[in-house]
Amino acid sequence: MRRFSWFNATSLTLGFAFLYVPMIILIIYSFNASKLVTVWAGFSTKWYGELMQNEAFLDAAWVTIKVAVISSSIATVLGTMAAIVLVRAGRFHGRTLFSGMIYAPLVMPEVITGLSLLLLFIGIGMDRGIVTITLAHATFSMCYVSVVVSSRLISFDRSLEEAALDLGCSQFEAFRLVTLPIIAPAVISGWLLAFTLSLDDLVIASFTSGPSATTLPIKIYSAVRLGVSPEINALSTIMIAIVTFGVITASLVSKRNAVNRQREEQAAARMT
Amino acid sequence: MAETVFAPWDDSNAKPLIQFKNVTKRFGEFTAIDDLSIDIFEQEFFALLGPSGCGKTTLMRLLAGFETPTSGEILLAGENIVPVPPNKRAVNMMFQSYALFPHLDITENIAFGLKRDKMPKPDIDARVEEMLALTRLTQFARRKPHQISGGQRQRVALARSLAKAPKLLLLDEPLGALDKKLRQDTQFELMDIQEKTGTTFVIVTHDQEEAMTVASRVAVMDEGRIVQVATPDAIYETPNSIYVADFIGDVNIFEGHASAAADGYDIAWGEGQKPLHAKTSVENLDGKQCYLAIRPEKVSISAQKPENVGNAVLGKIHDIAYLGNISTYYVGLPDGKIVKAQTANTRRISRRSFTWEDDVWLSWTDTAGVVLGR
Repeated sequence: MRRFSWFNATSLTLGFAFLYVPMIILIIYSFNASKLVTVWAGFSTKWYGELMQNEAFLDAAWVTIKVAVISSSIATVLGTMAAIVLVRAGRFHGRTLFSGMIYAPLVMPEVITGLSLLLLFIGIGMDRGIVTITLAHATFSMCYVSVVVSSRLISFDRSLEEAALDLGCSQFEAFRLVTLPIIAPAVISGWLLAFTLSLDDLVIASFTSGPSATTLPIKIYSAVRLGVSPEINALSTIMIAIVTFGVITASLVSKRNAVNRQREEQAAARMT
Repeated sequence: MAETVFAPWDDSNAKPLIQFKNVTKRFGEFTAIDDLSIDIFEQEFFALLGPSGCGKTTLMRLLAGFETPTSGEILLAGENIVPVPPNKRAVNMMFQSYALFPHLDITENIAFGLKRDKMPKPDIDARVEEMLALTRLTQFARRKPHQISGGQRQRVALARSLAKAPKLLLLDEPLGALDKKLRQDTQFELMDIQEKTGTTFVIVTHDQEEAMTVASRVAVMDEGRIVQVATPDAIYETPNSIYVADFIGDVNIFEGHASAAADGYDIAWGEGQKPLHAKTSVENLDGKQCYLAIRPEKVSISAQKPENVGNAVLGKIHDIAYLGNISTYYVGLPDGKIVKAQTANTRRISRRSFTWEDDVWLSWTDTAGVVLGR
């Protein structure tokens, strides 16, 4: 065991405080009975109840989820395809340029991405609404998916695919029956990443949304400009709870799988 | 009547299963296979042997269909298979990494190829059952590849590639990942399975012992060409070049000047040394530079100069490598050349006759060595 050190203890406390004190305050005030955000007037869950009555918020939440599911699915398909081409194509002239162009949107300021998409939609005369937000989100989250999937594909043993071809698969069957199931975890995490990016996004959505559809982040942002309400606190607390639950479940599942796999491999090695 | 020896390569009527006709494969500037022609016969266990980068793996990938030759034809049972994609060839391959599908269990791995052929379910089950029994894997049928040992994985890979009853099975360094003891057992298992199924096997290996053990014929490759194709004993006893002699097993090589003498040549090789005499049927070497290759186990070692033996040279023991069953003596000749001599350790080590720095005579008969022009 390492000995207790005041220095370590202090840095740990400060670090966690820095990360979590703001959220804890938000969670506490979401249970405040008072309408005034900064004045504590006893415990109450009434704001959660009121939130459930607020049509505008519920609509925005529904739009956000629809946009996130559809756009991350599109991004996953396109991003996986891009990753396969990039990893498999071998060397050709302009390869660096191509892969650079796929990754460039990662570092592009969102304002610029949003603005250019807005100009495009106006240019082709598309009415802004749920479709344009979805397309915009698919565009910018695609490169995240392709980064995640290509890092998995680099370590993928090509002879697995060759074995499938050798055993009578067509190129497409080999991909569907062998490659895809094996890289599935990376594809799923790519999808989850795209999904969270879409849930989070405020900047691009505000450029591409129209009067017919508003996402939750936009709704919260515009509501806050009129003053922070306990309702917003309640909404944010719900979101924190969902995210925490998701992260903990995912890490528990993957840890259990890793432990099981290791145990089985050791058992197999002993059997020889 | 004598038993018929399996040697279709000596039978001019035998039809080869595989024929390479002037096949060349280039990767950009690099020539991996250089104008190569070869015949492989049905039921052969054919080994491709060579150092890494000699083109043996490329040759195998050409057969499997993963590479297309730059020029030339590859015939399988008389039919050009160059335009046939890998999934339509009656050829299966066992990969060096085994390439087992990690998301499928052993049964599903073996059934994979059969399902692609749209074989009816009961037939698939029967065939998988048969393959599991052949490779002694029945009790592991429902395990995943990571739940079994290396040797078992190797057998799954073999069962999977044999399941479709291919005309030709390609094995790419099939035993490379196994430890030595397991490898020896598995070599015999492979030969046994090859015999039982009657499938033609082509194996790629860089391990000459493995090639010698399993193969009916061995092809030694270098820089995209086949240097020699022969049965294991012919490759060992009568190599056709220094390269083959040196690659297969251990060898002592004397370089010298040949002059014709009774039934062969006298080879003048060192200042103040008696020329070495070797009987051979090789012609046209008179007056030319030549090489005499002698295997260490054909060199005798003795304290006194032996009588009535073709060749004898005096030297000093430089080093002794004790390998348990045999010992190799590294004997330094006066001109600094080291000659290896091998003896079986039929006596206990404490009673060994020679030790470091002893003066000894090395001797061999006129027919022990092979005379080579290059």
